Amino acid sequence: MVETKSETKTVRFIITRQDTPDSAPYDEEFELAYRPNMNVISALMEIRRNPVTVQGKHTTAIAWDMNCLEEVCGACSMVINGKPRQSCTALIDQLEQPVRLAPMRTFPVVRDLQVDRSRMFDSLKKVKAWIPIDGTYNLGPGPRMPEKKRQWAYELSKCMTCGVCLEACPNVNSNSDFMGPQPLSQVRLFNAHPTGAMNKAERLNTIMGDGGLANCGNSQNCVQSCPKGIPLTTSIAALNRDTTIQQFRNFFGSDEV
Amino acid sequence: MAKNREFGNRRLHSLLGVIPIGLFLIFHLSVNFMATKGEETFNGAVHLIEFTPVKILVEWVVIYLPLIFHAVYGIYIAFTAKNNLGRFSFFRNWMFMLQRLTGIITLIFLVWHIWATRIQAAMGAEVNFDMMADIFSSPFMLVFYIVGVISAIFHFANGLWSFAVSWGLTVSPRSQRIMTYFTLIVFVLLSYIGISAIFAFV
Repeated sequence: MVETKSETKTVRFIITRQDTPDSAPYDEEFELAYRPNMNVISALMEIRRNPVTVQGKHTTAIAWDMNCLEEVCGACSMVINGKPRQSCTALIDQLEQPVRLAPMRTFPVVRDLQVDRSRMFDSLKKVKAWIPIDGTYNLGPGPRMPEKKRQWAYELSKCMTCGVCLEACPNVNSNSDFMGPQPLSQVRLFNAHPTGAMNKAERLNTIMGDGGLANCGNSQNCVQSCPKGIPLTTSIAALNRDTTIQQFRNFFGSDEV
Repeated sequence: MAKNREFGNRRLHSLLGVIPIGLFLIFHLSVNFMATKGEETFNGAVHLIEFTPVKILVEWVVIYLPLIFHAVYGIYIAFTAKNNLGRFSFFRNWMFMLQRLTGIITLIFLVWHIWATRIQAAMGAEVNFDMMADIFSSPFMLVFYIVGVISAIFHFANGLWSFAVSWGLTVSPRSQRIMTYFTLIVFVLLSYIGISAIFAFV
């Protein structure tokens, strides 16, 4: 590799900024010297070191969220060149320039690229996306899960609550209270678990409430956009089948527990 | 809206689109198709329908009430979406947008269509071959009907696809893909029937 050329190469960024949750967004342009193997986060760190725009204006450092830097925590999601994705795995070499960064506006913007993702964690609480095992006495080991099913369930468990599916969904917006694909797929995960299945009807009834499963409009953007390749639309369709049965049980009555 | 009615409303909306509205659409297009076999055949078919027992009740239960619910709730669904084709130009996202667009076009078309035929009939006009031939004598109306009929058929065919997903009939990606091909055939066949019927009047 001849590295002499890269010394003069630069990377341009157009970044959507916002000072407070309620103030108007504006764009700022930055230009950085190219380094090999740069990603969006290392570029943002570089800008933080010297926050000067292309026009030479001294500005504030850009605010963004990050944590694991290996695409498993979901914190650093933002809209990069129009597509919501994690900034840690957005390699500069693979991006068209100028690189445009914007916050995921489906969520409330805190500052610059930082958004408040709490609605997803609230949804997880709402649908009880966990296996209840706590009690006043030892309940003993639960039923075993077949290995094949465990491998299948592992794929669903890869969800990192990054918010990309909500950003991609045309039905998750300020006009609607749709919870989005993310908590729905978790319902399928925990309903599939042998111990979690003990609360299956409870979870199904929750997602049959307002803002739940029925709001899905089948645009299937979520499954196309999920960075973890989670079969979100298969989960949704499977839950549609489960809730079809559940609604008949609710209506006609059932001795199924 | 009352709390936790959404699930039932959405499911009802999906069901009514297929039964009875979708079935009625197929029936209606089939009757129209008689026009390709000549004026007498068409007038004979129309005449037969006029003898439906308790016609007004059947019309309300099978057509008007389901259609009104489907239309009103459909408008609500269409306007709660924020289309994002610019950023996500996937095939299903196109279908998502077109389903809402054709729904609105179909509604506009149906309001006119019901006014020009059923309401005119209630006010004493006779529904027959000549009535339609008269409507189609205007090139604007011809185009309007073609767009309306194609929209209605698209909305039904693609609605059949999402009905299968919404009720949990097609779960796996493969089953959904096969359903896409099936509904495409439904769209092409019904469009052929619908359009050839229109041109039988011209």
